[in-house]
Amino acid sequence: MRYWNEKMECMGAEEMRALQGERLRHMVRYTYERVDFYRRRMDEAGVSPDDVRSIDDIVKLPFMQKKDLRDYYPTGMFAAPMDEIVRFHASSGTTGKPIVAAYTSSDIDDWAEGVARCLTAYGVTKDDVAQVSYGYGLFTGGLGAHDGATKVGCSVLPTSSGNTAKQIMLMKDLGATLLCCTPSYALYLAESIEQDKDIDVARDIKLRVGAFGAEPWTEGMRRALEEKLHIKAYDIYGLTEVSGPGVGGECACQNGTHIWEDLFYPEIIDPVTLQPVPDGQEGELVFTTLSKEGMPVIRYRTRDLTHLTRGRCACGRTAVRMAKIMGRSDDMLIIRGVNVFPSQVEAVIMSMPEFTGQYFITLDRVNNVDTFDVDVELKLEYHSDSIKNINEIKSRLNAALVSVLGIKPSIHIVEPGSIERSMGKAKHVMDRRKL
Amino acid sequence: MKIKQLSVFLQNKLGRFSEMATLLGEAGINMQAFTVAENAEFGIVRLIVGDPERAARLLVEHSFAVSVGEVFLLEMPDEPGALAARVRKLSDAGVFIEYMYAFSGADGKAVVALKPSDAALCEKVLGE
Repeated sequence: MRYWNEKMECMGAEEMRALQGERLRHMVRYTYERVDFYRRRMDEAGVSPDDVRSIDDIVKLPFMQKKDLRDYYPTGMFAAPMDEIVRFHASSGTTGKPIVAAYTSSDIDDWAEGVARCLTAYGVTKDDVAQVSYGYGLFTGGLGAHDGATKVGCSVLPTSSGNTAKQIMLMKDLGATLLCCTPSYALYLAESIEQDKDIDVARDIKLRVGAFGAEPWTEGMRRALEEKLHIKAYDIYGLTEVSGPGVGGECACQNGTHIWEDLFYPEIIDPVTLQPVPDGQEGELVFTTLSKEGMPVIRYRTRDLTHLTRGRCACGRTAVRMAKIMGRSDDMLIIRGVNVFPSQVEAVIMSMPEFTGQYFITLDRVNNVDTFDVDVELKLEYHSDSIKNINEIKSRLNAALVSVLGIKPSIHIVEPGSIERSMGKAKHVMDRRKL
Repeated sequence: MKIKQLSVFLQNKLGRFSEMATLLGEAGINMQAFTVAENAEFGIVRLIVGDPERAARLLVEHSFAVSVGEVFLLEMPDEPGALAARVRKLSDAGVFIEYMYAFSGADGKAVVALKPSDAALCEKVLGE
């Protein structure tokens, strides 16, 4: 099967815009009538639900951001009554209150529909055995992938994250063909499989597809995962505020992430002027949910930086494509006045075969100057009796990072395996300057 | 003669050498000789042990970064000028010494482990 929902995934542009306009009209009225926040914001902006007639009118509506969702914790943003809510999830928010998301049964259905479209685009069918190694619980990854794979009809193996030895045993013994997890956990699983002398990937592991998301990752990481696990690795995109994983996904062309825009309408804006930017131009991704009942969002600023491409993809889908997200503007580090994304550091490290791909960035401020330290691990086979060799590899990494970032890091080669591996979203940065 | 040498990468971290030494000690593997090449962040311990294959396997299993290479062992009387005569032969032949370290052998002999720039040439010179 090529498409899960051919009508929605391949709809012509005009027809799609008409559908989006109709759904937006309903969504604006629905939230205006049910949620104080939207009514107040629209009244302040002097916009009434009657002013929204087509999708083009979306620009009249005010933006919202993460802070608004926090301010209305726990239930202030809910648009459906509690007896219609069937599920909660919550963000992992490390500071202050989490963001709680609420879903009606129709929301759970639409969410699973989005995941099912992604999995089908990767070539997954009901014949696949889907190992879900995203964490189950408040995090949307586990249950989101679970519901989507169930909808497709896969045999779902809900291992959740952690207990890596058991994960690998079940992966082998039950012949998992699809792995859903964060790319950093996939890398950890791959390393653990490599180290297990009793397991040969080609002989014992049946994986063929990886659905990886919940954190930014690079092309270098994709190649590494594809080589190590003998799979095709695909991006699955989503966020708790909008629904969860499956807001969009790549197709076999691996040339951008299709956003299921009949359900989740994306815009790109200039984060400073807040004006929409033309297709192809980088800016901040903004989402409006077009069918959500439990906790809709309207013009929600994601902080993710990317650009959009329209037109029919080689796979036949017309659903708008989003470029790989190189970073969330929240993740951007300003080091000695220069903007640096951790994913840029990752791309350079992944491009050199000498390193394991694991890294950790530490920022601090000493005598009013930012320090920028990067720990990396040299693969076992590049170790020798010579400090000179190690220093030579280190200076090549240094030169590559300087040319990409424009600032000079201080690189530390650490023992392989000593950088902490993540079971969920990887933590790559420690910024001590804020303390 | 040539002998296997283990090189173990150790971060400059309190107790790391002791972890390695304890691991080998508990496995009954004796360190016959070693030297440490160090810089500000890490050191490379170059080790000669009784059973290098077993030691390397054990260290790798315990997450140490180990590589196995070869060095030359020169055995000589423990007396003035003995080493000088031997290394002069190497320099006359154009062989650099990348590093070396000395330890005491059996029967009052002195032993030097030596890493030459050119192993084949070194072997020829020492074989003469």
